Amino acid sequence: MTRFLARRLLNYLVLLALASFVAYILAAWQFNPLENLLSRNPRPPEAVIEAKRLELHLDKPLLVQFGLWASGVVQGDFGTTVSGQPVTDELWRRVGVSLRLLVLGSVIGTVAGVVIGAWGAIRQYRLSDRVITALSLLVISTPSFVMATLLILSALGLNSAFGVQLFEFTGETSPDAVGGAWNQFVDRLQHLVLPTLTLALGGMAGYSRYQRNAMLDVLGQDFIRTARAKGLTRRRALFKHGLRTALIPMATMFAYSFAGLFTGAVFVEKIFGWHGMGEWFIQGLNTQDINIISAIVVFAGVTVLLAGLLSDIIYAALDPRVRVT
Amino acid sequence: MTEPVTTESSTTAKSGVDVASFASRRTLVLRRFVRNKPAVVSIAILVLLFIGCYALPPLLPYSYSDLDYFALQQPPSTDHWFGTNALGQDLLAQTLRGMQKSLLIGVCVAFISTVIAATVGTIAGYFGGWRDRSLMWIVDLMLVVPSFLLVTIVVQRTKGDIVWMIVLLSVFSWMISSRIVRGMTMSLREREFVVAARYMGVSNTRIILRHIIPNVASIIIIDTALNVGIAVLAETALSYLGFGVQPPDVSLGTLIASGTPSATTFPWLFLFPAGALVLIIFCANLIGDGLRDALDPSSKALRRRKARK
Repeated sequence: MTRFLARRLLNYLVLLALASFVAYILAAWQFNPLENLLSRNPRPPEAVIEAKRLELHLDKPLLVQFGLWASGVVQGDFGTTVSGQPVTDELWRRVGVSLRLLVLGSVIGTVAGVVIGAWGAIRQYRLSDRVITALSLLVISTPSFVMATLLILSALGLNSAFGVQLFEFTGETSPDAVGGAWNQFVDRLQHLVLPTLTLALGGMAGYSRYQRNAMLDVLGQDFIRTARAKGLTRRRALFKHGLRTALIPMATMFAYSFAGLFTGAVFVEKIFGWHGMGEWFIQGLNTQDINIISAIVVFAGVTVLLAGLLSDIIYAALDPRVRVT
Repeated sequence: MTEPVTTESSTTAKSGVDVASFASRRTLVLRRFVRNKPAVVSIAILVLLFIGCYALPPLLPYSYSDLDYFALQQPPSTDHWFGTNALGQDLLAQTLRGMQKSLLIGVCVAFISTVIAATVGTIAGYFGGWRDRSLMWIVDLMLVVPSFLLVTIVVQRTKGDIVWMIVLLSVFSWMISSRIVRGMTMSLREREFVVAARYMGVSNTRIILRHIIPNVASIIIIDTALNVGIAVLAETALSYLGFGVQPPDVSLGTLIASGTPSATTFPWLFLFPAGALVLIIFCANLIGDGLRDALDPSSKALRRRKARK
């Protein structure tokens, strides 16, 4: 088990290094960080631009630039933004914001999706199953930026229906939040509900479809009949023997879907005004900042790597055949 | 392509049960697909949308860029069916224009990425060895980086050129399909007809084209349909962030983006383009599902077994 995980971790680390290399080179090749400076009116003196150029190492070849950046990253320094602030400080400030969204969204989405999918499979072709199938397809077909706005619209309706500000949809906290730990907590919760729901809904729909299919495959298998024949109740047979087997393919899905989740977070953060990595990514693109973009790709890569490692662990725990290797 | 197909199979279905035992695989698949009402309806809707968004704009009194100063921010009316925005632009004309872009990009990207997926998948699966290992490494690598981020990095410079968008989106959306194709190819490689062809001296390229591709065609067709939805989604997402189609031209993504801030006060600005987008993706997904049910017999077998209970 440890050797299996160590091997996987090594594989992921090499992939991560390569991915950040690709991203950095792409960004450094495409971006012109001086554009903002050049298009300023009045145009700054040539000496200032030249100094900036030297400061950002833009005079050196791409590979040297990457080498300088990478040696900094290894020591935990992601360089500076175009305007001179250290990227690392900002990175740490924003990581927490995004992780809260991503972790909550993925966990809620996965668990709810698996439960809904398994339930739908057990009730195949009943009304509830049909409704769930149609709804999940509809949710999958709705991009996160449409979903977020639709949720805001319905939340507004609910707010005015109840006459209280039940849901909040700008930022993480209210600027005028009244003191007291409990009030702060409630305030954060009110802000958290809609963004998390936006992210979770997509995952829920996706997982429920896959889980339903996997569960249906398993339900037709002989070992379920055997389990029933040896006297297990239907519920026990389904949950102990059916669900566990049907969960195995989900573990692999988890790793892949995390990259998609990060993309969703870009939109969610933009729409709900969260100052996380996704919002920063758009900022970085607009200012054509190589260091910001590379730092975000590294962060995204690390989250996908962790999700991949986690899914390997779940896989190994669920599938007895893996433990031998 | 789709219209004659439906009529043909409905007549064959009418012609009696005994014909069924002689029906070719193609007719069987068609018959199974036609029985799936949601999928057939979605094909009809998608074809209508495709024709409509190209045929309708010349017939409208307003083009997508015309400004109507007498109707600013108007709700839907008989004059402007979808209403107008703050500049007095007709939203119906704009939505149709956006659909042209989104559908064109979606269909092109789906085809190109499927071709890449089929090529990579069959080569990796058929030859194995170093080709397999290096290709799957590339796939793994591209799956680790959120490919959407990389597309946005590059697409910035292309200034909303559609051809570039198609190329970029295709290059970053073939990975998962190629894995599935690879898996199927690996199991086909050891089958008798492939081995026989190899011993008869048929070249590898020919074996892949004549024996492997037709046998993985079902998965390729399903994937193309599902990829249309994904590609439309990716294009609108890029345009929504302002990195795709550039003004003054419009896409469903830019329309939704400009409608979002006023979604609460002027809902038609958001709801019509968003509705069109969701409808397109929903139809593409339903068609993909219908194709899977029709082409993949294994999912059918289970259904019957459960139904009998």
